[in-house]
Amino acid sequence: MLGKLTLSAIPYDNPIIMGAVAFSLLVAFGIAGAITYYGKWGYLWSEWLTSVDHKKIGVMYIILALVMLLRGFADAIMMRAQQAFSFGASHGYLPAEHFDQIFTAHGTIMIFFMAMPFLLGLMNVVVPLQIGARDVAFPALNSVSLWLTVVSAMLVMVSLGVGEFSQGGWTGYPPLTELHFSPGSGVDYWIWALQISGIGTTLTGLNFLITILKMRAPGMTLMRMPVFTWAALCTSILIIMAFPALTGTLAMLTLDRYAGMHFFTNAMGGNMMLYTNLLWVWGHPEVYILIIPAFGVFSEVVATFSGKRLFGYKSMVYATMAIAFLSFTVWLHHFFTMGAGPDVNAFFGITTMIIAVPTGVKVFNWLFTMYKGRVRFNQAMYWTIGFIVTFVIGGVSGVLLAIPGADFVFHNSEFLIAHFHNMLIPGALFGYFAGYTYWFPKAFGFRLNEKWGKRAFWAWLTGFYVAFMPLYVLGFMGMPRRLYHYSNPAWHPYLEVAAVGAVLVMLGIAFQVVQLIVSIKEREQTRDLTGDPWDGRTLEWAIASPAPFYNFAHIPQVQDLDALTDMKERQVIYKRPEKYEDIHMPKNTGVGFIMGVFAFLFGFAMVWHIWWLAIAGALAITGSIIARATTEDVDYYVPAAQVERTENERYRQLPSAAVYGGASEADDDTLVPAASA
Amino acid sequence: MIARKYFSPVSKFISLCAVTLLSGCHSHMALLDPKGPIGAHEKSLIITSFTLMMIVVIPVFFLAFYLPWKYRASNKRAPYAPKWAHSTKIELLIWLVPALIIIVLSDVVWTSTHELSPFRPLASKKKPVNIEAVALDWKWLFIYPDQHIATVNHIEFPTGVPVNFRITSDTVMTSFFIPRLGSQIYAMAGMQTEDHLLADEPGVYTGLNSQFSGPGFSSMHFKAVATSREQFERWVARVKQTQTKLDLAALKQLEKPSEGDSATYYSDVVPHLFEHIIQKYMSANVTHKKTPA
Repeated sequence: MLGKLTLSAIPYDNPIIMGAVAFSLLVAFGIAGAITYYGKWGYLWSEWLTSVDHKKIGVMYIILALVMLLRGFADAIMMRAQQAFSFGASHGYLPAEHFDQIFTAHGTIMIFFMAMPFLLGLMNVVVPLQIGARDVAFPALNSVSLWLTVVSAMLVMVSLGVGEFSQGGWTGYPPLTELHFSPGSGVDYWIWALQISGIGTTLTGLNFLITILKMRAPGMTLMRMPVFTWAALCTSILIIMAFPALTGTLAMLTLDRYAGMHFFTNAMGGNMMLYTNLLWVWGHPEVYILIIPAFGVFSEVVATFSGKRLFGYKSMVYATMAIAFLSFTVWLHHFFTMGAGPDVNAFFGITTMIIAVPTGVKVFNWLFTMYKGRVRFNQAMYWTIGFIVTFVIGGVSGVLLAIPGADFVFHNSEFLIAHFHNMLIPGALFGYFAGYTYWFPKAFGFRLNEKWGKRAFWAWLTGFYVAFMPLYVLGFMGMPRRLYHYSNPAWHPYLEVAAVGAVLVMLGIAFQVVQLIVSIKEREQTRDLTGDPWDGRTLEWAIASPAPFYNFAHIPQVQDLDALTDMKERQVIYKRPEKYEDIHMPKNTGVGFIMGVFAFLFGFAMVWHIWWLAIAGALAITGSIIARATTEDVDYYVPAAQVERTENERYRQLPSAAVYGGASEADDDTLVPAASA
Repeated sequence: MIARKYFSPVSKFISLCAVTLLSGCHSHMALLDPKGPIGAHEKSLIITSFTLMMIVVIPVFFLAFYLPWKYRASNKRAPYAPKWAHSTKIELLIWLVPALIIIVLSDVVWTSTHELSPFRPLASKKKPVNIEAVALDWKWLFIYPDQHIATVNHIEFPTGVPVNFRITSDTVMTSFFIPRLGSQIYAMAGMQTEDHLLADEPGVYTGLNSQFSGPGFSSMHFKAVATSREQFERWVARVKQTQTKLDLAALKQLEKPSEGDSATYYSDVVPHLFEHIIQKYMSANVTHKKTPA
């Protein structure tokens, strides 16, 4: 009846895991209790869970990302603590099996359930607004994507208390992840969490590709698209092309584990090298899927806060496209040491280094955007400048790793760990944080506190350096990654320092929590009445903050790359239109949420071999798709009168809000007179 | 006192870095203090490429601090050109200079990758020592086919003589690596890879598996001892006196997962054991590693 699932799957005897489970449950029950107490279940269901509004979906993605950031970071600090203590005679506080689950969970969570939801969330909130659209091309599908991602994250969380998580590393290399070496439920949780969320991500890629290609406002040619939208387009293309490789690879591993096949096994004709290649055919583009949207954020932020058009827009677009293309030509650099011949290795080494050229161009473009600008040091700008400096260091170590001869000694070492954290923390995460502070007012109508934001930045930045620079040194000392215990006394002080770095990062995260609380408390003082708190240059700042659910009362006409700056200069912004029209909008639907629940049941059933439930789950998902496909009642019209009421409310606020040209009530570095002043 | 205690790792770290950098003593830095020509080549490769990259990196660092400072909003004397967004000269420069560096580096990569290929035997007048390495859970088995001896977690070889490793795995994918000597290479079941190393200086170097391979991964290291030719011959003779033979039954014992195995020696080995370990994964009726007794 319950497949392999028995009570013994719950690790009662492990106080650390049970503590984490108890804490997670406490938080979950606390939230559920609060919702019940305030009678908000109905509101939650009708306004959020069933919402197809791209902004709300984006916000929910980002909430998921922030929650999973906490979980992923808890794993990180546990690893740092273990390596700081587990030296010589001491074996630390974690057994190897537990440590191995933690580093696997850390990588899996940070990539799939922190970074991916964060960037998809930003894309969701921003892209339709930037291109002057009212929603994405397929709003209901968008909701399906969200819930598939959320339930996959829940599968990972459930593995904490029921069964175990994979001990095979986030890349899940076979044959270690084959049934023979990993008979437990861990690898299966890993497979199904990735598989289900991967399908959600692929659907999002399709959705945004079509949205960007088909739904831009009149006048917005491809070469007038804001750079963040370009980044979203490139990322969508990469998702569509790369994720099927992951889906296929995982499917083959699934067949090995569930159906006794031999794609990647040691014997019977299986070949692990096939997996390694296929995984990185997805995995390397994935790095750019994570980082390109952050590059887009930096481009928007640096132009806005320099009060200047982005330098070399065309270069930037070509560079982004070049990176996207090249990202499919370098996968082999993840395993120069697997035994390929020197011709093959040298080829992939060179293609990898070629990526440094367009990436370097981007860095220079950001720098020259500041040249002859008026740089305002907003917290988003802090993240950006911190990123540029730090990212360059990661670029250097990246080129070193791209040289096969150097990789022969750096591969699998702490140097590699330092390198990719050096790319992904400043390169991706700082970008997401910049985007989070930059677009927060557009989503919620008030700004985030600057002081706490900057404190968080400094803690993160110093924490990053203190945590990861020692790892570069450890790489030179020949320390491999993923050690739960070591005996070399020379490594120990560096690992102690790295642990201090993790504490500093924790402080940064704590400051961000404080920032959010403080910002909510003082929201009346930081309300964004203009809808344009930073003197923005792109269309999302033309409408009210928070953006009305229909986004644009009238679809704007675009005449320039910096569409809003151009409108400000032509004095056509904030003009009340003659009349309003009915607006065609998609209706909310529960299908995404319901499919998510079924997908969760299906995934959980597959992990534990509960076949009847898996079949029921799969049938229910199919049924939901059919039910949705045969529904005609999917849209409605917002009456013009309602639009007029909403818009009038906004125009009523504008005069008091010191619109461009007027005096600023905010402090110097957050609001300056706009271009037409 | 508390502050002192809290900062002690930091200060230790700073002093360590200072000592390392200032004294030029890299005794702990395995990759910066290589003991053989492969490692030395790899070290110089790292340093050359690093230096070349500084041509771009140093200006970027300078600009990243200077530009935002110079053009800060409060500096009203700085020129302001909100529409200036293109300069053919600058764009040519930022595309071409990095491209040139990459072209130079590509040449370095092409040559060095061929020279450093782990499969490439080292040129030497001396007769190389052959060692066959087998990754097991979680230890290394070494077979000396010419001397007909075998060891676990311990190898010896003379200095100045090329050591030819043939490598495979009798378990999951692992990576064979002696940091002080250079290049690592994966070990995979049913397959053979090679590594060609040489030690210039006598010493005891740590060898390890760098590829995570399960719960016992952390303890999967071995000692690589480089000695004189005479010492090596004496060591072989000593091993030959141990009177334990590595046959299929003994291999079966070794295949059982274990951690922290101390060095073990076998005075004799059944012929072609290494090939046998590879071949058993080639057979169609064997689903998982099983050594016929």
